[in-house]
Amino acid sequence: MTETSRDSQAEIIDGLRQLLKKQVPLDASTNIVRDLQLDSLAVMDFIMSLEDRFEIVIPLDRVAEVETLGELARVVDELRGRN
Amino acid sequence: MNCAEGIELVSILSKFAPLRQTYDSLRSVGQNPFEMVFEDMLSSTEGVYKGRKTILLGTNNYLGLTFDDACIEEAVTAVRAHGTGTTGSRIANGSYGTHRELEHSLARFFDRKHCMVFSTGYQANLGMLSTLAGKGDYLLLDTDSHASIYDGARLGHAEVVRFRHNDPDDLYKRLKRLSDLPGEKLVVVEGVYSMLGDTAPLREFADVKRQMGAWLMVDEAHSLGVLGANGRGLAEEAGVEADCDFVVGTFSKSLGSVGGFCVSNLDDFDVLRVACRPYMFTASLPPAIMASTIMALRRMQEEPQRRQQLHENAQRLYHGLRKLGFAVGPQCSPIVSVAVADAPLAVEFWNRLLEGGVYLNLALPPATPTPAPLLRSSVSAVHTAAQIDRAVQLFEAVGRQLGVLPPVVNQARKRQAAVAPIAGHAEVAMVASGGAR
Ligand SMILES: Cc1ncc(COP(=O)(O)O)c(C=O)c1O
Repeated sequence: MTETSRDSQAEIIDGLRQLLKKQVPLDASTNIVRDLQLDSLAVMDFIMSLEDRFEIVIPLDRVAEVETLGELARVVDELRGRN
Repeated sequence: MNCAEGIELVSILSKFAPLRQTYDSLRSVGQNPFEMVFEDMLSSTEGVYKGRKTILLGTNNYLGLTFDDACIEEAVTAVRAHGTGTTGSRIANGSYGTHRELEHSLARFFDRKHCMVFSTGYQANLGMLSTLAGKGDYLLLDTDSHASIYDGARLGHAEVVRFRHNDPDDLYKRLKRLSDLPGEKLVVVEGVYSMLGDTAPLREFADVKRQMGAWLMVDEAHSLGVLGANGRGLAEEAGVEADCDFVVGTFSKSLGSVGGFCVSNLDDFDVLRVACRPYMFTASLPPAIMASTIMALRRMQEEPQRRQQLHENAQRLYHGLRKLGFAVGPQCSPIVSVAVADAPLAVEFWNRLLEGGVYLNLALPPATPTPAPLLRSSVSAVHTAAQIDRAVQLFEAVGRQLGVLPPVVNQARKRQAAVAPIAGHAEVAMVASGGAR
């Protein structure tokens, strides 16, 4: 895992902790929809907050392919790399 | 279902089991809101449901033109003269003179060089979004966009980026992040948003669009005939028609028929007729529909007082409900939505309104901008004051029965409540319904 990937992932987990009211274990294998029981509106809001945090845009088709936190971190990394 | 060998047979529809469950649970409360059947339509504002007259308060029939005598006459004449349908697309079967006439009428009305008509407004969005923005381009969509806008984006090959609802600064930020990347950027907003009736800050969006060199499309589905001195929609009202490169809309609301369109001043716009699949590969509009639509567009221009009456009616309903303490949307428009706490309550409320003789739309998440379900009404210019007052009365009665409004205790407390706490309540709930975003 690259340095930025760990950074992105840590920041994503940090952001989710603030969003989720209850304590849940969060790591790279956490399934965003299934394990966190977020509805689609909440997921979209969260994605937009990540866009702002990392100063990137995450196109919708990239969101569609993401299931776990690890995958999300990789997408964020890749998009951070392109700027 | 098990077959003889005990192998589990999974239906292709099994994936819809959770949806089926939700759907069936709606039915258990009473009438399923998504299975309504009216035995008869009496006028633009009255139908017959289970043998009784029901006020229609959720039809998007803004100008009440569905029963206009002149529109009906034109449709009847056209069906006799040109038959019931075109039985094919304009590319394959050719256009009728009426297709051209309809397009010319719309282009003239909007003062634009070009117009293309589609078989529905949904297809107009599907066609324009998927064709205008190609591979390597970017579509920037408001988060609260209509399904037809999202679906148009999915049909095409552009990258799709969302910006926060009605937030020009947020759009600016996102365009800025994309500014070094090649590809055209097309921003899509709606004149009036169909769930809460709020309008886009179009002047500010136009500023951002100009500054960032993007293209701008406005869907005037709910604002055609509703906003602007001539009824051309929000772009006219906001004075930014020149910045709106593409205006799309529908005939299914203020014009009382069915169909969609896009107008533009862009040179070479007509090339889209042979590039846009939702235009090319579906049957064109039938003669009767086009004839009534052309007449409706004329009636709309001849009778601006309809628009005036529409706004008076909207005020009557919006302020009537707001004063009672209901959580209405952030601004008064012909779409008046009341947010309630949860789906079971919304379904119960909706059923009691129907039993009381008022029909409107029930919108459940995720179709709503926030998790709050909405009781959505749309006002028509031809609603009578008595019909609207009846609806407000019924809303109050049901609201008190179900505890959405506080019970009436005595006059003194009622008066006090009507001033401070209820206004506060309305505001809080408005935020909950996404109104303040
Ligand atoms: C914003 C918006 N765009 C497009 C449409 C689609 O219009 P039509 O009913 O003509 O398909 C609608 C209506 O449902 C709408 O609300």
